[in-house]
Amino acid sequence: MNMLEQLSGFWHWFIVLLTLVSIAGCLWLLFANAKAPGGSDTGHVWDEDLREYNNPLPRWWLVLFVLTVVFALGYLAFYPGLGNFGGRLQWSSDGQMQQQLAQVEQARNQRYVALASRPIPANAVDPEARALGRGLFMANCAGCHGADARGALGFPNLADKDWLYGGDPEAILASIRDGRAGQMPNFNAMLKAEVVDDLVRTVRGWSDPALPAEVRARGMKQYAYTCAACHGPEGRGNPAIGIPNLADATWLHGGSYESVRQSILFGRRSNMPAHRDLLSDAEIHLLAAYVYGLAEVP
Amino acid sequence: MKHEILEKNVVLLAVLILAAISIGGLVEIVPLMNQKAATQPSPGLALRTPLEVAGRDVYIREGCYNCHSQMVRSLHEEVMRYGPAGQAGESVWDHPFQWGSKRTGPDLSRIGGRYSDDWHRIHLNNPRDVVPESNMPAYHWLTEQAVDGEEVAAMMRALRLAGVPFSEQDIVGAPEAVAGKNQMNALIAYLQSLRAPKAAAPATPAATTQRTAAAAAAGPATGEQP
Repeated sequence: MNMLEQLSGFWHWFIVLLTLVSIAGCLWLLFANAKAPGGSDTGHVWDEDLREYNNPLPRWWLVLFVLTVVFALGYLAFYPGLGNFGGRLQWSSDGQMQQQLAQVEQARNQRYVALASRPIPANAVDPEARALGRGLFMANCAGCHGADARGALGFPNLADKDWLYGGDPEAILASIRDGRAGQMPNFNAMLKAEVVDDLVRTVRGWSDPALPAEVRARGMKQYAYTCAACHGPEGRGNPAIGIPNLADATWLHGGSYESVRQSILFGRRSNMPAHRDLLSDAEIHLLAAYVYGLAEVP
Repeated sequence: MKHEILEKNVVLLAVLILAAISIGGLVEIVPLMNQKAATQPSPGLALRTPLEVAGRDVYIREGCYNCHSQMVRSLHEEVMRYGPAGQAGESVWDHPFQWGSKRTGPDLSRIGGRYSDDWHRIHLNNPRDVVPESNMPAYHWLTEQAVDGEEVAAMMRALRLAGVPFSEQDIVGAPEAVAGKNQMNALIAYLQSLRAPKAAAPATPAATTQRTAAAAAAGPATGEQP
């Protein structure tokens, strides 16, 4: 029992005495009433001849009651109940939980650590490692990335081969362990109203031959000035710092005209929480292998 | 004692019945009011910021407690899923406490830091956008309702009367601290604040220390408010 749970002497004896006196009182009441002489009646009469007798308690009932008292005293002797007295067994709900937790952790660690010592690509094709990784994914990742790992608007698809921060095992491990913080600044104040439309159409239509050349020319001029520093002159982004590729068909925050316009004018912010404090290293390793396997193993 | 005296004297009967049924409460409840574990804040328990106080009010108003508990029971399955078991001392500054008794949704007492602020915003706007199988209602109107700074200050004053040690400075600064924030921001700030007090991790066997201490130390705040 920790110090804070300790009761002061007064409250300890308050509980002990009140409990024991109550049990003794129950026994006294029981035997005091068990001696009532049989056959006498209480004098209550209903419907002319229905009399209420004052018989002693049946013996089987009496024995059952005594057994409950014996049980109560036995319980109080072995389990916590009487104030600060923890019982002969020294049992506590917290102690039981810690013990079970230790058992489960030990069993898991044996399984996990053996698997986690192998390289991620090997685990990505191992059925047991994948099953464990899948369980961890469902419990920790599916809330944002979806049960099928295909993501949602603003949350990256992990099942395709398009990686925002790189798809090699080390990059995936880092994303899970340390989290990621992506930020697209807003350009609302920086862009002249008349170039916004050209810029949005250029970015959306990067690989689209149908985009009119003059729109692309005007858009690219602005792009080179505002966007190329991060997204690169070819629009291919930079996985080292999580800059998305604009030339492919993957749109993290939506590829509609409105969505792209919104992204440019008002910016975007995405945040992958760090899991180093929430999961063990072995768990992170298994998760990384599962995620790696989703995309990189056919 | 003659039964007849008891049976024919209603007042005496009532007094003795009251005495008999109060014993359970006297033994089980009254001593707790004098037990430090239930009356002292857990070590490391953080005071709520004004925005979190406002968010807590939204949480209560929208009835979140009807479907979400805020108490991890001391069962190993729960500790493995949510984090360290809840302690009575975590709730001494909560009036009323939000333990709840129903889990249509998951427990929220260790939710802080697990999802980004953006996730919470999208999820509260329409839970189906990120969790297709969710049956949680949408709370999209929260973005349209501003947080009233004076009301937050008044709530903090009321909480101080109930024993939460807000300083006068905290209360006076509340309207400024929540200026320009909407109720969505407030609720998200409150949700991100729900985590185990940092010093509360009990001494545990080596094998479990990592996990129990882990959620206790749960990562830093995740990004800023939208």
